[in-house]
Amino acid sequence: MAERGSGRLEARGLGKVFRMRNGLRITTVHAVREASFTVEAGRTVALVGESGSGKSTIARMLTKLERPTRGEVLIDGVPAAHHGRGLARYRRDVQMVFQDPFGSLNPFHTIRHHLERPVRIHHPHLGSAEVRARVAELLDRVQLSGSKRFAESRPHELSGGQRQRVAIARALAPGSRFIVADEPVSMLDVSIRLGVLNLLADLQREEGLGVLYITHDLATARHFSDEILVMLRGEIVERGDADAVILHPQHDYTKLLLEAAADPDRLGLLRDEVRAGAQTGPADAVG
Amino acid sequence: MSDSRDAVLSASGVSISYQTQNPVHAVRDVSLTLHRGELLGLAGESGCGKTTLAYGLNRLLKAPALMTSGEIVFHDRHDGDIDVVGLHGDSLRIFRWDKVSMVFQGSMNALNPVLTVRAQLHDVFTTHRPAMGRTERERRSRELLGMVGVDPDRISSFPHQLSGGMRQRVMIAMALALDPQVMIMDEPTTALDVVVQRGIIREIMGLRERLGFAVVFITHDLPLLIEISDRIAIMRDGRIVEYDDAENIYRRPQHEYTRELLASFPSLRGVRGDFIRSGTRRKGARNG
Repeated sequence: MAERGSGRLEARGLGKVFRMRNGLRITTVHAVREASFTVEAGRTVALVGESGSGKSTIARMLTKLERPTRGEVLIDGVPAAHHGRGLARYRRDVQMVFQDPFGSLNPFHTIRHHLERPVRIHHPHLGSAEVRARVAELLDRVQLSGSKRFAESRPHELSGGQRQRVAIARALAPGSRFIVADEPVSMLDVSIRLGVLNLLADLQREEGLGVLYITHDLATARHFSDEILVMLRGEIVERGDADAVILHPQHDYTKLLLEAAADPDRLGLLRDEVRAGAQTGPADAVG
Repeated sequence: MSDSRDAVLSASGVSISYQTQNPVHAVRDVSLTLHRGELLGLAGESGCGKTTLAYGLNRLLKAPALMTSGEIVFHDRHDGDIDVVGLHGDSLRIFRWDKVSMVFQGSMNALNPVLTVRAQLHDVFTTHRPAMGRTERERRSRELLGMVGVDPDRISSFPHQLSGGMRQRVMIAMALALDPQVMIMDEPTTALDVVVQRGIIREIMGLRERLGFAVVFITHDLPLLIEISDRIAIMRDGRIVEYDDAENIYRRPQHEYTRELLASFPSLRGVRGDFIRSGTRRKGARNG
């Protein structure tokens, strides 16, 4: 296994076609077409797009929850295995943080259980004392200080932000080098979102974690990542340096997304625009 | 926005609590004045009492929620002042939807899945305008759909045949049906994609311009509120901690919580990453 803080995770020509049977009719949906990109250790790549654009399907293919129809996932240049020990090894390196911290933790188990399990599964040779030490270390890394109290609590005793920190700790537990975070803060209250994103940013900077940050929020995508990929109906239509994509978008769709994002600096502008447009008739409807 | 403009809805000292074993004081001593044609933004995080307050303004509270004190007065365009708290029975039924309508959170659940859009739009008229004939109902319903940017031929559709954005537009059409003077919108676009959201917001602003109703717009999305509101009330733990023009809230926030909320939304086009190394991290660790 490679050292933390090194290596690269690569998607090469990834495609996914879903076949849906509706009586005798079979319809196919191209959820993802020809997606290629690289997440290097110590960097954050943001994948932005609207619902149904294929972002989550990419996440699921990268974490081997879904098998690609075409293309492959490579880690450190080597194709990732689909089963057996090779897959276990891959999962030691690449883990996922899900959107919903209320659904992704088991309400019957303590936080300690949630964190001990992946440590034991991926490192069967460790003794109990070592496992306990790892759990303490994990809680510390996700800034759940006073780790003793958190370890013995159950998910319902924690706030959404704390639960998401536990989910991140669990993703780190196998000793992962890459994390795929699928809308990790969209279900959290606004005032704690940045705290969780800052945690991911700290892990990325200080420990060299590679992060694929999936979001529909352009502002956090820009501030928390090095590179942005914009997806539209299964295709990556624009990519580049985070600032370049946001400040100088090239593709029409990126421009449309940016135009639609709320921007307090445009205070009152929409009202004035609508007022001016009211004389010429109603604006064209979208959606 | 000056206070000299007509008020359409004013609330003073409103408190609402959930009368459970340990009563929860969801709204505490809230006073607001909504002016005619104004867009008032109500911002706050989950559990701050914003939805409870909206239900209180519209008299939609159900036990165990109870308004324990306060006054709500509706200043009708035609009939003078109405004491909203004192309404009951028929007078309440006439008031609701006719004077103050509501767009509920989550159009998925607010529309009846087994009835067509037609049945649900007609229902508003059969209930509130019993004298209206069928042809007229159909004409008005189609006209309403057109107004919110939905093809009137979709009137025969069931809710599941419409996209999320279209369903939300139907909800708005329904809220517009009786030409209300106030529309309360509870997170009307939160579940929608940004591009669709923008289209609907534009629609709401345009209709308000043409029809002159006032809007109470509830959301946690403060940047959006700053962009579209005339005034904004920031709620926390059932209280309004700050209440001012959108511009003052944005440029000169007075309350610490307002500043904290503003700081939670990184600026899209501002200096990159300036807050990442700021104190937010420690604060985040404490809160979350």
